[in-house]
Amino acid sequence: MLIKQLSVFIENKEGRLEGVTQVLKEHNINIASFSLADTAEYGMLRMIVSDPDEGRRVLKEEGFSTKLTDVIAVKIPQKPGTLHEVLKILFEAGLSVEYMYTLATAGRDTSIIMKASDLTKALDVLKQHEYEVCTAKEAYEINNISTNNV
Amino acid sequence: MIWNETKECMSRDEILNMQSARLKKTVSRVYHNVEFYRKKMQQLGLEPGDIKGIEDLNKLPFTTKEDLRDNYPFGLFAVPQSEVIRVHASSGTTGKATVVGYTRRDIEIWQECVTRVLAMAGIGANDRIQVAYGYGLFTGGLGLHYGAENLGATVIPMSTGNTQRLITMMEDFEVTAIACTPSYLLHIAETLEEVGKTDSIKLKAAICGAEPWTDNMRKEIETKLNLKAYDIYGLSEILGPGVAADCDAHCGLHVYEDHFVPEIINPDTLAPCKDGEVGELVFTTITKEALPLFRYRTKDLTSITYEPCECGRTLARISRFKGRSDDMLIIRGVNVFPSQVEAALLEMGETSPHYILIVDRVNNLDVLEIQVEVEERFFSDEIRKLEGLTKKIAHVLQSALGLSVKVTLVEPKTIARSEGKAKRVIDKRKLI
Repeated sequence: MLIKQLSVFIENKEGRLEGVTQVLKEHNINIASFSLADTAEYGMLRMIVSDPDEGRRVLKEEGFSTKLTDVIAVKIPQKPGTLHEVLKILFEAGLSVEYMYTLATAGRDTSIIMKASDLTKALDVLKQHEYEVCTAKEAYEINNISTNNV
Repeated sequence: MIWNETKECMSRDEILNMQSARLKKTVSRVYHNVEFYRKKMQQLGLEPGDIKGIEDLNKLPFTTKEDLRDNYPFGLFAVPQSEVIRVHASSGTTGKATVVGYTRRDIEIWQECVTRVLAMAGIGANDRIQVAYGYGLFTGGLGLHYGAENLGATVIPMSTGNTQRLITMMEDFEVTAIACTPSYLLHIAETLEEVGKTDSIKLKAAICGAEPWTDNMRKEIETKLNLKAYDIYGLSEILGPGVAADCDAHCGLHVYEDHFVPEIINPDTLAPCKDGEVGELVFTTITKEALPLFRYRTKDLTSITYEPCECGRTLARISRFKGRSDDMLIIRGVNVFPSQVEAALLEMGETSPHYILIVDRVNNLDVLEIQVEVEERFFSDEIRKLEGLTKKIAHVLQSALGLSVKVTLVEPKTIARSEGKAKRVIDKRKLI
């Protein structure tokens, strides 16, 4: 199934990244995972958070340009060659990956966030090959185990 | 030397008599051939016969750049198209360019004026001159080109954009004069210094214009290149380069009053300014055939004196420009109005109209950066798409302005909103 990724446009300026984390902290929103891509002038922060809609609302209130994008989180076993297998399956189905990053590495499996050119088709193809994907709830809370235990 | 002593050294009475006769003829011709002016004069209850001489000039209506835009492209032309042998175009305040036209006689007058400027700078038939203004719709390149040919000098039509080639030819051809923007000449001077060729060039005179500069900048250019630099002024609406220029005395720019009648007005009240008082420069053309203009408001701020110059010329002199009464920027010699940027962005429709222009001078070359806010509705989290947007904006602006532009995306609401007139421009260039 599809999960919502929260993306934020960040200028390469002092304190902007911190501005984002501050807002999320103040609203008690947890960042499960993120990736930060940078260009010469700006950065792109992509996050999986505990409550993407609320996260977007509060960031928007603070004047950030945000976007919710559908992505998938596919679980792959922690052993050599498994990421390659997934990419090969997608490639052979004529799909391309716009970007990807790690959601979680806890436990036996690694979960990878992927933005493929056609998400519905990607889900179908992965299902055919018996890959498991995270549910939205699972993704948003995937790294909560340790914090819950504290 | 003085190219045309009979015209450049007339007594004040002779000048006024000539202006009166030429103005009367122009008014009559314009009244009968240009509907726009006929209507304006009728609204003022003015008939051609009411203009009995130059003293009646202030009865005529003003003309603005907007009037040219409203009559785009040829609405203000006073001759049939068969008599127009060339058009040029410059930036308009929004989308549409300002189009000007010339008859064969207009081109002759233009080259005569430029020839006077070049002669005043000591250039003659034995000189080799590189014209390094842009050739094309911009009046700079062809304006200097015709004037220099008319003088009999050897013209090397460089145009702009290739400093290496310019320097190579400057050295190989033993070039003695150059016409370009002052900032570009400083850039050339620095490039020459870097390659250690300053001593091997033979330049003796430079005709610089198309952008504001200072006396200090002139002295810097003169010292660095061991030449004499002169200021040339013009605007396409009136002629192109060659409306006025300075002489060896560098005490203001001589206006060719036998073709263009200057006035200085208070830009707010439109009342005339006293001699020496800074105001907006206004020109009336009294010989132009294709596009005669009454009291055209240049928006350039300067002052005027009618005292004869030590060089012997009696023509009125305008001081170095003090700025503009509007928000026009001159970047690498190209006129840029912030409103053009706004119109282009709105037309493109893929960005917010919140922008700021940052002009800077790096190695004596002007650079224009535009910061545009990434509004949420145009935001993509794919960098590829944002880069695509940046490129598209740069392309749209480049075609609108005729200048390359660096586009930077910034966060929404980070560009200051101000009440009333928004601050759209940060000009970091320092005129030394």
